[in-house]
Amino acid sequence: MDKKYTISIYTENSVGLLNRVSAIFQRRHINIESITSSASEIEKVSRFIIVVSLSEEAVKKVVGQIEKQIEVIKAFYHTDEETIFLESALYKVASKSLFEERHIQNIIKNSHANIVTVNTEFFVIEKTGFRHETEQLYNDLAPYGLLQFVRSGRISVTKSPMNIKALLNRLND
Amino acid sequence: MPFYDELYKFQDKLQHVLTRHEQGATHAAQGYARVSGKVGVCVATSGPGATNLVTGIADAMIDSTPMVCLTGQVPSHLLGSDAFQETDIIGISTPVTKWNYQITDVAEIPEVMAKAFYIARSGRPGPVLVDITKDAQFASFDFDYTPCAGVRSYKPIPEINTTTIEDAAAIIEKAEKPLIVWGQGVILGKAEAEFKAFVEQSNIPAAWTILGVSAIATDHPLNVGMVGMHGNYGPNMLTNECDVLIAIGMRFDDRVTGNLESYAKQAKIIHLEIDPAEINKNVDADVAVLGDVKQTLPLLTEKVTAKPYANWFAAFKKHDKIEFDKVIKNDLHPTKEGLTMGEVLKEINRASNNDAVIVSDVGQHQMIACRYARFSNSKSNVTSGGLGTMGFALPAALGAKMGAPEREVVAIIGDGGFQMTIQELGTIFQTQAAVKVVVLNNDFLGMVRQWQQLFFDKRYASTEMVNPDFVKIAEGYFLDAKRVTTRDDLGSAIDEMIASDKPYFLEVCVEKEANVFPMIPSGASVSEIRLS
Repeated sequence: MDKKYTISIYTENSVGLLNRVSAIFQRRHINIESITSSASEIEKVSRFIIVVSLSEEAVKKVVGQIEKQIEVIKAFYHTDEETIFLESALYKVASKSLFEERHIQNIIKNSHANIVTVNTEFFVIEKTGFRHETEQLYNDLAPYGLLQFVRSGRISVTKSPMNIKALLNRLND
Repeated sequence: MPFYDELYKFQDKLQHVLTRHEQGATHAAQGYARVSGKVGVCVATSGPGATNLVTGIADAMIDSTPMVCLTGQVPSHLLGSDAFQETDIIGISTPVTKWNYQITDVAEIPEVMAKAFYIARSGRPGPVLVDITKDAQFASFDFDYTPCAGVRSYKPIPEINTTTIEDAAAIIEKAEKPLIVWGQGVILGKAEAEFKAFVEQSNIPAAWTILGVSAIATDHPLNVGMVGMHGNYGPNMLTNECDVLIAIGMRFDDRVTGNLESYAKQAKIIHLEIDPAEINKNVDADVAVLGDVKQTLPLLTEKVTAKPYANWFAAFKKHDKIEFDKVIKNDLHPTKEGLTMGEVLKEINRASNNDAVIVSDVGQHQMIACRYARFSNSKSNVTSGGLGTMGFALPAALGAKMGAPEREVVAIIGDGGFQMTIQELGTIFQTQAAVKVVVLNNDFLGMVRQWQQLFFDKRYASTEMVNPDFVKIAEGYFLDAKRVTTRDDLGSAIDEMIASDKPYFLEVCVEKEANVFPMIPSGASVSEIRLS
């Protein structure tokens, strides 16, 4: 049974590692639903968040292959219930809609979205939340004409500790 | 160019072998590594030179061979500009290397080189590629070298959990029909003595994968033969009868297991392995003993006691007899006119006192070589196991001879694979490495033809080879060369070849449409092994 898993990978910050990690998925014909790479809580250590739909057996094997890479410090996989996760979306709308369509102001207010910028040409709305929330806002705004839409990959933290600092302290000794 | 110009100054300290093709360099480095246990090194220029390494790197990756490949690269300011002979070898080699790195600053060279060799040889070994831009090669800096003591994100050997040793010992204690299947991990871990002690202390029959074979002598009484697609009848059939299967330094390759759905389902599986990613990858382990077998095996040996397993050994004997009557007798003692590949191996065993390094290519002759070559010492069977790279053997044999110059090195190659890297005859001639090259010529891509015969109604689609005069080609490279077509000439020709202290080429024209048996058909269970 396929299920959504969030794979968290702590790595050294090095050129080419994203390619090395994504190749593990590509080789097994696994579609990556989203991928985010950023700094982590530890200096010079990167964190990848990769979302995939797989069986637990398959995700376990993939994580094993990821951990095997020389510059990967540690990799984990978690279910949605085990993580706190969000996505961010940006919506660019023509400014005339904001002034001409009163209704759009209610949409923004009710969705708890933020207006990032407004000028005479366009305005940009930001919404952070679950997928269904950013999708809802998309559907609500679509009739007014979206000039641009973009959604980030998932970012997530786990409910249980991952103890990377302690692991690194041990490895550094 | 700058790299080679420096090498020129170190000719008395560093032997450079100029292969005729970069693929040849990778396989030669592999052959060197496999017989010596040291890291093999090969060098190629940028662009096509680098891409020509890929097959050998992939081969070394899947067969866990320690290798460092150095490639030239265009100057760093031209990276990504489609410069002459620029190729993204880091991107290309990423999935087939244990690690790779591009050096753009000369000052990185000592640290990266130290790390490259450390990673290639430690833990589960593998190939590493270091790409060096031309500007980094030309620049100078104050050289300072410190060996690599470790990489913090890389743990080559997992910690031993002693509970797993106890659990494994408890399972073995209760076993009535235990079977050991060992692989190359024993050799890579330099644990031949520890392995032999475990086998003897436990008195458990032990079967091998083709990369593990020479870890203990072929004639060891507890050695019950080869597992896998063309392995021996007994160990394959009895894999599905054993009650405990102890896998040591092997990875349950599909050519070993056949159909996983019916592989040793009745048995408790104990898996001794250095690479955590191999645990439960293909076959679920009841007990996984992680660690270096050189350390874990003695811990297990302490806890096991020998039992006679009389009926169990009798079962192996019974199966051996069946295989001898149906297969081995005809392979080794043929009565029909055509020469068999098996009898060639038998003669090589005899002439070399069962102690040659056998380097085989890929195909029928490889399976015959693995089945019938007899080994007295470890690191003696060099073959392309996982990747199945035709063209591997000729350059690998050259590398093997350089890695173990004191040993007799015999390459066994089919007429198909021989022509994939035939140009390395030139390297053999130039170096005068005393490699003995045996081409078993059946004028076919024999293994594919065998499948076509058995499963495609004898439709021999593009497997027949119209071959050149191989002896003339070898003579063109000024090598001693001979062709044998009859049984009467075989023994003396092989004696002459082994007696030679120079490189020697021998073509043996064998039966054209002979098949390798036993055989586990693709997708079948190990116990559905066919004898004809």
